[in-house]
Amino acid sequence: MPVASPKVRFRDAQIEMAHGAGGKASRRLIEGLFAPILFGASTEPLGDAAHLMVNGAPIAITADSFVVSPLRFPGGSIGELAVNGTVNDLAVSGARAEALVVTYVLEAGLPTEVLEAEVRAMAKAASVAGVIVAGGDTKVVEHGKADKMYITTAGVGRPIPGVRITARSARPGDVILLSGPIGDHGITILLARGELDLEADLCSDTRAVIGLVEALAAAAAPGLRWMRDPTRGGVATALNEFARDCDLGVFVQEDRLPIHDAVRGACELLGLDPMHIANEGQFLAVVAKEFAEAAVEALQRTPGGDAACIIGEVREQPAGSVLSSTPYGGTRIVDMLVGDPLPRIC
Amino acid sequence: MCLAIPGKIVELSASDPHRALVDVVGVRRGVDISLVEPDGIAPGDWVLIHVGFAMSKIREDEAQDQLRMLTALGEAEAAMQEAQGYSSDDADPQPEERPSP
Amino acid sequence: MKYIDEFREPELISRTSEEIRRLADPARHYRMMEVCGGHTHAIYRFGLKDLLPSNIELVHGPGCPVCVLPMGRIDDGLSMAAHPDVIFTAFGDMMRVPGTQGSPLEHKARGADIRIVYSPADALKLARNNPSKHVMFFAIGFETTAPSTALTLMRAKAEGIRNFSVFCNHVTIIPAIRAILDSPDMRIDAFIGPGHVSTVIGCRPYEWIARHENKPIVVSGFEPLDVLQSVAMLLRQLQHGEAKVENQYRRVVPWDGNKAALKAMAQVFTLRSYFEWRGMGFISQSALALNEDFADWDAERRFEIPGIRVTDPKAAQCGEVLKGVLKPAQCKLFGNECTPERPVGALMVSSEGSCAAYYQYEHRKHALVSIPA
Repeated sequence: MPVASPKVRFRDAQIEMAHGAGGKASRRLIEGLFAPILFGASTEPLGDAAHLMVNGAPIAITADSFVVSPLRFPGGSIGELAVNGTVNDLAVSGARAEALVVTYVLEAGLPTEVLEAEVRAMAKAASVAGVIVAGGDTKVVEHGKADKMYITTAGVGRPIPGVRITARSARPGDVILLSGPIGDHGITILLARGELDLEADLCSDTRAVIGLVEALAAAAAPGLRWMRDPTRGGVATALNEFARDCDLGVFVQEDRLPIHDAVRGACELLGLDPMHIANEGQFLAVVAKEFAEAAVEALQRTPGGDAACIIGEVREQPAGSVLSSTPYGGTRIVDMLVGDPLPRIC
Repeated sequence: MCLAIPGKIVELSASDPHRALVDVVGVRRGVDISLVEPDGIAPGDWVLIHVGFAMSKIREDEAQDQLRMLTALGEAEAAMQEAQGYSSDDADPQPEERPSP
Repeated sequence: MKYIDEFREPELISRTSEEIRRLADPARHYRMMEVCGGHTHAIYRFGLKDLLPSNIELVHGPGCPVCVLPMGRIDDGLSMAAHPDVIFTAFGDMMRVPGTQGSPLEHKARGADIRIVYSPADALKLARNNPSKHVMFFAIGFETTAPSTALTLMRAKAEGIRNFSVFCNHVTIIPAIRAILDSPDMRIDAFIGPGHVSTVIGCRPYEWIARHENKPIVVSGFEPLDVLQSVAMLLRQLQHGEAKVENQYRRVVPWDGNKAALKAMAQVFTLRSYFEWRGMGFISQSALALNEDFADWDAERRFEIPGIRVTDPKAAQCGEVLKGVLKPAQCKLFGNECTPERPVGALMVSSEGSCAAYYQYEHRKHALVSIPA
């Protein structure tokens, strides 16, 4: 049942940080400006990667840019993110990444050792993810015109046989799976910036999830409806996009969300919702109910999937929205993030 | 209007008598303890933190008292009275009202 | 998490919720105002309305310092950020609040040096570490937050840090409650009192509400069990025809407040003769300014402040929502012209504002025909 997505016009006078934060503002920019001009003919909801036929062969293609401060943080660095991010975008679109190309935008004055460390981090991450880096380009801008370095990776991949990812295939009764604990990456970065003077033993969760996705596909491909990696904007934003794209309701049981203590502590302290915090090594999947058990078992058997779990289900209502329930029977609507998550005191 | 969170005092600052390190489930931050110093603050104490300042020392006895009272809710009359018995055992210097059953 | 998880315990919550159902007279409609925006946030975040019978209506009060700040004060504060040597600091809450020329975040996007701080002490640290810059702290908050600003200023003075100033927008809660009670269309039966403000001011300042206005008030904590227990306590008072001040949040609120905090405030601040509240107009003696001893750290004296006044948009019915006459969704602008992304009225400005909280957590829930259990 195709759903006419509401027309969003992009009326903002200038680009703000929020347009890159993955929430409502980002969506407005994409749907209100990029999509109508660049790919106006498509009626498919926007996915993480495009699946095309080239000379009769199916391929998946995607690109992602990486801007992070600090460049290195506990558990990872910009180089590792740049590989894993693109590999994961392909993976959750139902494809295994085969090759990446990379472009660097470097700020004049960047120490070579900083660059080399990131190039090595990329090589290592690529080898772990089983993808080759096939080429690239470099630009250098004047000192002060960029923040140290930005990396863009584009990836091409091979669709996983039998998997077709589209939110519109979801049906009421489908279950929602999550691959592991949420919020580690976003909170690690927030703390690593040092501005809040908070410390915790916490690491970014950056990793390639392709192994987990393949295990899930092997166990549940016929019932696998949709996947997404909840990066910027967190689980809340990814689920809202799903709910909107399939015009069904998403029901999340809040107490089932795996969250590390330190992430919970930081969120309580800063007034943030863990569901809005970015992840770099997790994904959400919607699976037909009859495949749910097999899917969870397959994920839990795969290295790095031990915390995988069912967090909720798809319902008829509230169509287009995400509802979350507390263990004691209260419910609330979970909205998309507006802009970046900002710490609050009141 | 004001987000305030319980944290545990981990250590008092050696260099600044008005500061201490607190822990909120594994997240640590230095906070100003000037406002709770009159209560006497030591590592292991719990304080309520707002914008990097300890606002109040948390009273474990009052917390337990509240939970006991709520546990007794809806149970037999006898259990209710027993709960009141507990709470009146605590010496309470404050002239405040206790919730009537 | 200790002192949090125990107060979210499902079994106790369902018992307290049953107790409330037992206590509430089905023939009566109860309007209880939670004064504090923190309670509003907790009520929505934990879905507490689902645990109350439908004849208990929670009315969201004025206790959100971001919402009640007039737009002109934001413009005034941002006028200082235009100076090339100034680092403008504020809590994250302020960053998306629109002035006439945009929010602090939008000014930052255009190049102003605007930074989020978690604590006023962090703003002072920034001044210490950037001696060639002037660090201005945009102070907001009720009595919970004012002592931290006071202590930070005392420290700046003691250390002789001159490149630091405070743009003071601290407000006090009692005059706001009084303004609500004085309004002719007021329909509140009882008050859920602000727990964290009361750690500083204690419970005595509310006694007039019980004694002279004959309204029960319970100073309440912020966890689900705290709020529900407070509702039960208010129901018992109403049932017995009583009106008194009770302290539900005794684990952190001393009856007499925090003397050290009150003393710090007295040393640094003076009461303004009046202050404008967004959605409520001018309220006398409802806000704090720095006193003469701290004139050198007072941004309002160190900078030329334009003193901008922006009238509240007429169509926004914030005042009626604040007094409980209208529910958020009954305002003409709600959800159309006025949304959290593009707030028109005060209560849509911060996530604690009753309209923003309602929009974020509730409104689509009710817009739908049926919600599966």
